Amino acid sequence: MPDVILAAMRLHLEEVLVVGAALFSIGLYLALSKRNAIGILMGVELMLNAVNVTLLAFARFIESPRPLDGQVFATFVITIAAAEAAVALALAVAIYRHRETVNIDEIDVLRW
Amino acid sequence: MILALLALVTDKRLALVTDHWWDIRDLSNLTDAVYDILRDDLNVPDWGIWVLSGLLGTIGIISFIGGVAIINIWVERRVVGRMQSRLGPNRLGPFGLLQPVADAIKLMQKEVLQPKVADGLVFTLAPIAFTVPGIALFAVIPWGRNMVLADLDVGIVYLFAMSSLAALAVFIGGYGSNNKYALFGSMRVIAMLVTYEIPIVLSLLGVVLFAGTMNLQGIVLFSEEHWVLMVMLQPLAFLIYFLSSSAELNRTPADLAEAESEIAGGYHVEYSGMKFGLYYAAELINAVAVSAIIATVFLGGWWMYKVDEIVPGWMILIGKIYAVYFIFVWTRGTLPRFRIDQLLAFAWKWMTPMAIINILVVATEVMIWEETGWSAAVILPASIVINGALTGLLIVGWVRTMAPNFQRFPDRLRMYSTIDVPSLPAQAADLRETTA
Amino acid sequence: MIEDNAIVIAFWSLSATTIVCALMVAAVRNLVHSVLFLALTFVGVAGIYIVLSADFVAVVQVLIYAGAVGVLMTFAIMLTPGADRLNASTVFQAPAFVLGVMVFLLIAWVAYDTEWRISDREAFTTTAASLGEAFLKPYIVPFEVASVLLATAMIGAIILSRAERDDRA
Repeated sequence: MPDVILAAMRLHLEEVLVVGAALFSIGLYLALSKRNAIGILMGVELMLNAVNVTLLAFARFIESPRPLDGQVFATFVITIAAAEAAVALALAVAIYRHRETVNIDEIDVLRW
Repeated sequence: MILALLALVTDKRLALVTDHWWDIRDLSNLTDAVYDILRDDLNVPDWGIWVLSGLLGTIGIISFIGGVAIINIWVERRVVGRMQSRLGPNRLGPFGLLQPVADAIKLMQKEVLQPKVADGLVFTLAPIAFTVPGIALFAVIPWGRNMVLADLDVGIVYLFAMSSLAALAVFIGGYGSNNKYALFGSMRVIAMLVTYEIPIVLSLLGVVLFAGTMNLQGIVLFSEEHWVLMVMLQPLAFLIYFLSSSAELNRTPADLAEAESEIAGGYHVEYSGMKFGLYYAAELINAVAVSAIIATVFLGGWWMYKVDEIVPGWMILIGKIYAVYFIFVWTRGTLPRFRIDQLLAFAWKWMTPMAIINILVVATEVMIWEETGWSAAVILPASIVINGALTGLLIVGWVRTMAPNFQRFPDRLRMYSTIDVPSLPAQAADLRETTA
Repeated sequence: MIEDNAIVIAFWSLSATTIVCALMVAAVRNLVHSVLFLALTFVGVAGIYIVLSADFVAVVQVLIYAGAVGVLMTFAIMLTPGADRLNASTVFQAPAFVLGVMVFLLIAWVAYDTEWRISDREAFTTTAASLGEAFLKPYIVPFEVASVLLATAMIGAIILSRAERDDRA
């Protein structure tokens, strides 16, 4: 490989943020457009992962007096996302028991 | 090679591990010599050397795994047979040593049946997904003072991560078979795997507290520095880890996944031929990986009270791995199988509380060590005595409290313990009338 | 910025794999396949964390997300056998797609437009010990609150998914 191309390969903060943004928008699409309640949950988890990527990129690249705060924050996000996934899936299973469906188009008793 | 080794150790100038490239006691000498030739004479760039070092380490580990997977088939069957007062395989080769060859040929020439309604890609992917974390577990094991493939600072958590990936692979196998019994079996297995992850994490946490680092090489160096084996410092953690990981590996006494008499094979009922062979080999590889972890963390790894300066460290480690594996096979040949509810109760009511109490006591000892600054020669023997007493008292006390009706020699033969069976409403009404 | 070529190559290959797996989560027909692709996405994201020299967070990600949340989702799918497994979309598919693209462009524009204060620090060497200290000294209160939250979530999930008994007197 020519040295010019090799020398031009750098990894900047903006590129990592773009990857995080891509994952976030895919998760947003999943959360808004899936019919199955578990599909929506998959979108939410993907969004939380994208947020973690952004946080860790900031922790690595940005000038800060305590640079590891990003990783602390990311660990807390992982913890809370796991707790939220457990409760959301328990909710989905409980709704299924009553209504035989997890299709959000059919769970609309509280809609106007 | 044995002659070369004997020549090495008997020559007084070479009794201890040296830096010569032909000193196989530290294999990094050989690789360093190769890298020096490549870097200085052939001008290979740095990333080439780095890739080559990764490749060499991986090839070494995979060749070890391949050899072990073959030998352990023989070890299991022969040792279990001898323990059950019968000859194991003894027809093929001396002492039946060529039995694994016959097993491999048999599996390779069997027809690989795939049900038409099974999910094609997922069905094929499941044995692979089960094998890869088992092999990846070997990446952090230190084989010598300078011989670690991946010197991770978070080695212990990496081990937990790889074992929990295996749980996902079990589900893929059960679902891909499109067979409700396979799915059922795989659900039970996943419940068991997820339950037993907790005592495993808690017991290894006690080890990390003492060693002060999650790096596996650091834990071995702690043993070397303080001249003590971790199993002496924490027998309770060793016992809990051993029992929980034999449940994680689906070995007897916890092998209701593949109990041929129970659920017809569980999640690998639809697999035949070499796919089943891969599952079988993957379980053996997982067992050896867990033995390697126990040998490294609890039994001191490549260090053995100054013997490792004469004998190669990796040979000592392989010896310890086989010792722990022998204990695994011993429990398989001796103990009967648990039921699923007994297994889960064992995890939640026995292993987890004992592991938590272990952490409590260990953390107190480490805190006393840090705060008072007494030397290790005072703290560590005291810890050995306290932890040993704790293990004995805790096990005996727990059995007395949790199972007060346990009789070692029952006065009346029973095939089952009493279970409360909920009665139908009509029967309950009858019962109430007759007893009232 | 990172200048090591191997790390840059690793980052781009890992990101490409992760984004392709995330797109497959949205695109495959079968719900179980989609959950498996999600587990692969989690592992890919763990690879990105390692590139950003967050080794502890990466192994915790594999342990919790791929090992536990993935298994939890497959359990939930298995416990809802009557529901369809089609991974279909609602009527909001097209607006959601447009919104996703717009959000992506917005974040990318903000990322490239802001003047970040980049530091020329080297990569972190030991994160686990420093993270442990950070959890126990400045951030002890969120740590304890997170443990209470986990206990509450566990109890809540158990209560929500208990089978109702008909003969409860």
